[in-house]
Amino acid sequence: MGQALQDLWYGFGIAFQGHNLMWSFFGVLVGNLIGVLPGMGALSAISILLPLTYTMHPVPAILMLAGIFYGSQYGGAIGAILLNLPSHPPHAVTCLDGYPMTKKGKGGTALGITMICSFFAASVGIIVMIFASPLLTTIAFKFGPAELFSIMLLGLLAGSTMSRGSPLKGVAMTLFGLLCGIVGTDVNSGTFRFAFDIPDLSDGLEMVAVAMGLFGIADFLLNVNKMKAITSNTKMRIRDMRPSMAELKEAFWPMVRGTAVGTLFGAMPGTGPTITTFIAYALEQKVAKDPSRFGTGMIAGVAAPEASAHSKTQVDFIPTMSLGIPGDAVMALLLGALLIQGIQPGPQLITEHPDIFWGLIASFWIGNVILMILNVPLIGVWVKMLAVPYKYLFPSAMFFIAVGVFTTQNSLFHIWEVLAFGIIGAVLMVLDFSVAPIMLGFVLGPMMEENFRRALLLSRGDMMVFMQRPISATFVCISLFLLAAVTWSAWRKRSGVSKVAQAIAQETSDAGVVVAK
Amino acid sequence: MSAGGKNYNKDYYGGALMILLGGSAAYAAQSYNIGSLAHMGPGYFPFAVGILLALTGVLIALNAKKTGPGDEAALVGHKHEIPDFRGAACIILGTIAFYFCGEYLGLLPATFAIVFICALGDRSNSVMACFVLAMSMMIVAVVIFWWALQVQMPLVRWGM
Repeated sequence: MGQALQDLWYGFGIAFQGHNLMWSFFGVLVGNLIGVLPGMGALSAISILLPLTYTMHPVPAILMLAGIFYGSQYGGAIGAILLNLPSHPPHAVTCLDGYPMTKKGKGGTALGITMICSFFAASVGIIVMIFASPLLTTIAFKFGPAELFSIMLLGLLAGSTMSRGSPLKGVAMTLFGLLCGIVGTDVNSGTFRFAFDIPDLSDGLEMVAVAMGLFGIADFLLNVNKMKAITSNTKMRIRDMRPSMAELKEAFWPMVRGTAVGTLFGAMPGTGPTITTFIAYALEQKVAKDPSRFGTGMIAGVAAPEASAHSKTQVDFIPTMSLGIPGDAVMALLLGALLIQGIQPGPQLITEHPDIFWGLIASFWIGNVILMILNVPLIGVWVKMLAVPYKYLFPSAMFFIAVGVFTTQNSLFHIWEVLAFGIIGAVLMVLDFSVAPIMLGFVLGPMMEENFRRALLLSRGDMMVFMQRPISATFVCISLFLLAAVTWSAWRKRSGVSKVAQAIAQETSDAGVVVAK
Repeated sequence: MSAGGKNYNKDYYGGALMILLGGSAAYAAQSYNIGSLAHMGPGYFPFAVGILLALTGVLIALNAKKTGPGDEAALVGHKHEIPDFRGAACIILGTIAFYFCGEYLGLLPATFAIVFICALGDRSNSVMACFVLAMSMMIVAVVIFWWALQVQMPLVRWGM
């Protein structure tokens, strides 16, 4: 404990050195600016600026890249809340309640809540990272394919029952997402699957294209000529982003729960941030007294997923740094940046390069403070974006989407993907499906198949393997319980409460009219 | 949208679509070597997911009957109607135009094409307004994407 504090002090010393601080600030600023652009997430921001670090000293290089990372992550939340454009898939969940809040004229508050939650969650994540690294690493080692499959099963079920409307449709959308995830080359056998003989599809569908299509283009297709501006409330000032006491109270427990979920999942390699945010959101919905209000602009629906994403991000650095196992694509890129600098991540990193490890931790804290300071004045600018009439906004956004999707792989082929998913999303939404679970299924699909196959290969085809291992069995039991609860409540709903439902229908359609005006 | 009757139809269509998707996925997966539970081939997982999706589709269609009018609408909250034809067509055309202009003419023409055509989709936009908007987006394209972010697409090119 004392040792850790001393090391941390040393880290702060490193991070506060003039040029390190400067690069950290630069990273956060650029990351934030790029993250706000639709279609440009942390992945594209880091890959664009990676070449810049080749000539730099390793410490400022990694500090800058980390700054870009959480800067763009926060920027992505801005796009998700204000424009319903998740540039980073985890923010897809934030759209569900963040965008309705914006439509109600509470976009500033949503951003303020996000900022507080991300700061709180990141701080907790950092503390966990400092003190609990060894513990979390031992738990992470206990996760075999069976455990990973079961936890993904739980995530998928929680995610699909979370979608609004009938849980059945949510399950259908998750399954559709799984099918989308299968597109491409099978890693085990090299077979092309669902690729329609198109070579560009051999690497699978591009995640950014799928997300931008489903949430961006589909939304424009449905709203064009029907919406004048995203919010009529243009008189938003900096003061509006400071949430009221009541709103803070409403956000507090979701924030704590979201942080806990994120911390827990951060330690498990292979569980990406998307599943984390979905589970955090689903958890809020289960805990809430009135789950049907989710999706109409609940503060909890913004606070919990954002908090979980940020704590997960921080804790994610543990497996990346100490085991050399990246949790997701962004971590893999950071790992690559370290390798380019000639630094081998692994258990010996902390002892061999204490300046990097502890400097990084300290710079997280400083970076998050910078992020807060930066965004207080910038928020006015973001909010102004909403006052732009829809007839100018959507063509510009279409351009940003097109370029953003192109830059992910420098391939124009992705334009077809984003267009296809835009149309698919619009058709599904007209048929009253909710598209968010597609994203979850799509991200988890390949990992889920991989672990399913691996687990059954190890058990020689015995399905009981998922029940024999205690951690796995726990997850499977929770999943079954969830399934039973949903079926039961759906059955009960059908046989009696339709009056209440009609009242809600009346209320939401009224609210819809008000918003449209 | 007023009557619950339309929701019935929607769920029939939705269910049918899922059956179609799941069925065709399962059918296509059969050609990929399914294998056994202990040694799964590349077709096993897609086949299983396809069958599950088709089953879910059947359940959705069955449930459409039983759900009373209004119930479903209440739970979905925000309802979507059929998109406006001109707007949707322009957005789709603009995106396609971006692809071809990007492939053969470069970033600037592509930017102009997507912004101009999409903007034309809004019935309240004049041609002049679309033109000005497209022009200003071209400036954004040059400053942010070409100069600052160095997007790997030439500003203007001819042919391949």
